[in-house]
Amino acid sequence: MATEAHAAEGATGYIIHHLTPLSVGNGFWTLHLDTLFFSVLLGGLFIWFFKTAAEKATSGVPGLAQNFVEMLIEFVDTQVKDSFHGHSKLIAPLALTIFCWIFLWNFMDLFPVDILPAIGSVMGLPYLRVVPSTDLNATFAMSISVFCLIIFYSIKIKGPWGFAKELLFQPFGPWLLPFNLLLKLVEEIAKPISLALRLFGNLYAGELIFILIALLPSYLQPVLSFPWAIFHILIITLQAFIFMVLTIVYLSMAHEHH
Amino acid sequence: MSINATLIGQMITFALLVWFTMKYIWPPLFDSLEERKKKIAEGLAAAERSQEEIRAAEERAKTVLKEAKEHSSELLSLAQKRANEIVEESKDTAKKDGERLIIAAKAQIEQEMQQVKESLRAEVATLALDAAEQILGAEIDKTRHQEIINNVSSRL
Repeated sequence: MATEAHAAEGATGYIIHHLTPLSVGNGFWTLHLDTLFFSVLLGGLFIWFFKTAAEKATSGVPGLAQNFVEMLIEFVDTQVKDSFHGHSKLIAPLALTIFCWIFLWNFMDLFPVDILPAIGSVMGLPYLRVVPSTDLNATFAMSISVFCLIIFYSIKIKGPWGFAKELLFQPFGPWLLPFNLLLKLVEEIAKPISLALRLFGNLYAGELIFILIALLPSYLQPVLSFPWAIFHILIITLQAFIFMVLTIVYLSMAHEHH
Repeated sequence: MSINATLIGQMITFALLVWFTMKYIWPPLFDSLEERKKKIAEGLAAAERSQEEIRAAEERAKTVLKEAKEHSSELLSLAQKRANEIVEESKDTAKKDGERLIIAAKAQIEQEMQQVKESLRAEVATLALDAAEQILGAEIDKTRHQEIINNVSSRL
């Protein structure tokens, strides 16, 4: 794909250029450096901000940063308590990480589409795709991790036999065993795929629209990109929220006995 | 849009982030939240308690005030009663005194009347004697009464 992009010119070339990652390596061992760089950077930002707040955390009157962080903590905690009725040390921090990290990824979408790639090209980078959530690798990495946790907890809580029984004998009883298995497998595999593709699709499409607006005459751009950016603030938060809530729901399902 | 090794890098990053959040971020923040919640609850409870205490103190003050009022009104009525008694007593004494005085006066008047009557009687007797003398003096006729005189003188 990267090689095709070199050939294309004009509007198509512009779009393809914006959506091509900076990569090294060949075949499977290709690394998207921009995705890795920005997600690590944003993850570091998240960790740094929250760590600072956590270090200074008091039970007295909170400062501005602590207030903000506590608001997020309470928000995530409420979501977890609403859907998850077990006791787990992992789920709430996991949900917080997912929400904040995805939100920060998505937030990169609100930077004007040409600024960071322009800076990158000055620094000698031919391609720069700044929004990690427009990379399937990033979204799938997260959803597959969640999927692994779902499987892990299913087996841990229900036991290997309990989990196997759930796969084989539900929802139609032992007489329709192969059908049950097929249904359950589709259901389980659909979880990470839908998580990853929903996030990717929304952000990829959003970014594409920003790129298309950037192709229009300059006097038209603010009229269109301003409302789209406003709308996008909603979308990026919503997508982060949906990913988080679904993760909580899937994990609480994994904790439940049937 | 190929899936490649980036996926693995992202998964590692994600795992590290989650681990770090779980280990160093969530617990202190959550604990401080819980602690504040507890503090606020305690503060509210203390406020509630002091409110309760104020109410009790007011109640107590009201009782004390009521008692004092009752006591004072009791005292007042007692004093009133005593005053009435004193007035009654003095009225009685005055009445008796007056009666005694009246009796004494009456006795004196009686006595004086008696004296006046005595002296009047004496005077009336003298006056009667005087008048009788005068009447007797005028009535005596020497010729008519000479015989009587002579008679008396002859007996001598």
